Amino acid sequence: MHRYANPGRVLRLSRTLVPWLGAATALLIAAGAYLALVASPADYQQGESVRIMYVHVPAAWMAMFCYAILAGASAVGLIWKHPVAELAAKATAPIGASFTFLALLTGSLWGKPMWGTWWVWDARLTSVLILFFLYLGYMALHSAFDDPARGAKAAAIMALVGFVNVPIIKFSVDWWYTLHQPASVFRIGGPTIDASMLLPLGVMAAGFTTYYFYVVLLRLRAEIVAGKIKALRLRQVYG
Amino acid sequence: MTAMKAFWRTVGRDLQLALRQGMDSFTAVVFFVLAVVLFPFGVGPEPAVLARIAPGVIWVAALLASMLSLERLFQLDYEDGSLELLALAPLPLEAAVGAKITAHWLTTGLPLIVAAPVLAVLLQMDAAGFVALVAALALGTPLLSLIGAIGAALVLGARRGGVLLSLLVLPLYIPVLIFGVAAVDAAVFGFAVRPHLMVLSGLLLAALVLVPWVTAAALRQALE
Repeated sequence: MHRYANPGRVLRLSRTLVPWLGAATALLIAAGAYLALVASPADYQQGESVRIMYVHVPAAWMAMFCYAILAGASAVGLIWKHPVAELAAKATAPIGASFTFLALLTGSLWGKPMWGTWWVWDARLTSVLILFFLYLGYMALHSAFDDPARGAKAAAIMALVGFVNVPIIKFSVDWWYTLHQPASVFRIGGPTIDASMLLPLGVMAAGFTTYYFYVVLLRLRAEIVAGKIKALRLRQVYG
Repeated sequence: MTAMKAFWRTVGRDLQLALRQGMDSFTAVVFFVLAVVLFPFGVGPEPAVLARIAPGVIWVAALLASMLSLERLFQLDYEDGSLELLALAPLPLEAAVGAKITAHWLTTGLPLIVAAPVLAVLLQMDAAGFVALVAALALGTPLLSLIGAIGAALVLGARRGGVLLSLLVLPLYIPVLIFGVAAVDAAVFGFAVRPHLMVLSGLLLAALVLVPWVTAAALRQALE
C-alpha cells in the first residue's frame, strides 16, 4: 500500500492500466448488452421488462461497492495520511453517486410496470436513497472549505460515519420483508436465479466494475496532475 | 474523580452560557411549537386527519428544531478560541464533547419533551399515545443531539455551514424518526411499543459509545 503513496508511481501505473481497462469495459458492456437484450429469455411473469434488471442490479451493486471503496480509502487516508488514498476517495464519490442515481432511476422505471408505482417507501429503496444523500453530503463537505486538506479530512470522517448504512442496505430486504425482493444472487445456498439470466448479469456486473476502475483511474490522474499544476503555479508566483 | 468534576464543570459552563443568553436557547422550542402549529393550517383542522399525522408531525418538527440548534454547539467556542483550550485541557476531548452534548440536550432536547404533550393535545392525538410519545422522545432527543454533534463538528469553518449541516445530519436522523414514530403509532393502534423503544435504546447506547470519539476526531482536524 505504501508503495502507491507516491503519486508519480500511481501515474505510471494508471498509464499502463487505463487502455486495458477501457478495452475490457467496451468489450464486456457490449457482450453484456447483447446477452441481456437479445440472447437471454424474457421472464415468464415479467416479460421483456425483466431486461431492466441487467442495468439495475449491477448499478445497485456498484453503488455499494463504491461506498465501500470510499470508506476504505477514507480510512487509509485518515490513518496513514496516504495522499493517493485521499485522492482516490475524492475521485470515487461522484462515480458512486452516479451509480446510486442510476440504480434509483432504473428501479423506478422497473417499478412502474411491475409494482404499479414509481416509488414506494420500502426499506431497500429508502436506504438506497439515504446512500445517495450520503454521497451528496460527502461531496458538499469536501468542497466546502477554503483549505482542500481540511475538506478531505472532514469528508473522510463523514464517509466513515455513513458506512453504517451499507449493511443496512444489504440486509434491509431480510430485516423488513416489504415490497423489494430478497437477495437472489449472493445468498447462503447459492443463487436462485436461472443460469440463462445469471450469465448476462455477471457479464454486465464485470463490465460495470471495469468501467468504475477505468473512470476512477482517469479521475485520479486528473487530480494528481491538477495538484502538480497548482504546485507549479505557486512556484511561479513565489519564486 | 477530578475528571468527573471537570466533566460536570463543562456541562455547568455551557448551561450557564445558555441561560445568560436568555431567549437564544428558547428559540428551538419556539420553532418546534410554531412548526407544529402550522400543520392544522396546512392540512385543515379536521380532527381525524390531524390525529393520524400527529406523531409524524411532532417528530419531524422535533428533528428540525434539534438540527437548527446544532450550530450553537461548537461554533461560538470555535470562534472565540475556547475550543482550543478545551482540546488542550487535561480532560480528554472525548469527555468534553460528551459534556457539551449533555448540555445541548438539556437546553434543547428536554424543553422539546416538555412541549410535545401539549402539542399532541392541540393535534387531537389519541391519549393512548402520550406515554409512548414522551418515552420515545426521551430516548430519541439525546440521540438527535449525539448524531448532530458529529455534523456540527465537521462543518466548523466551512462555507455555508448551516445548509451543509442539514445535508449531513438529516439522512442520519431518519432511523430515529422511523422508530420514534413507529413507537407512538404502535401505542395509538394498540400494538406493542416495547420493541421500538428497545431499538431506540440500542441506537442510543451505540451512539453514546461511538459519537464522542468521532466528534473529538472531527474537532481535532478542525483545530489543526
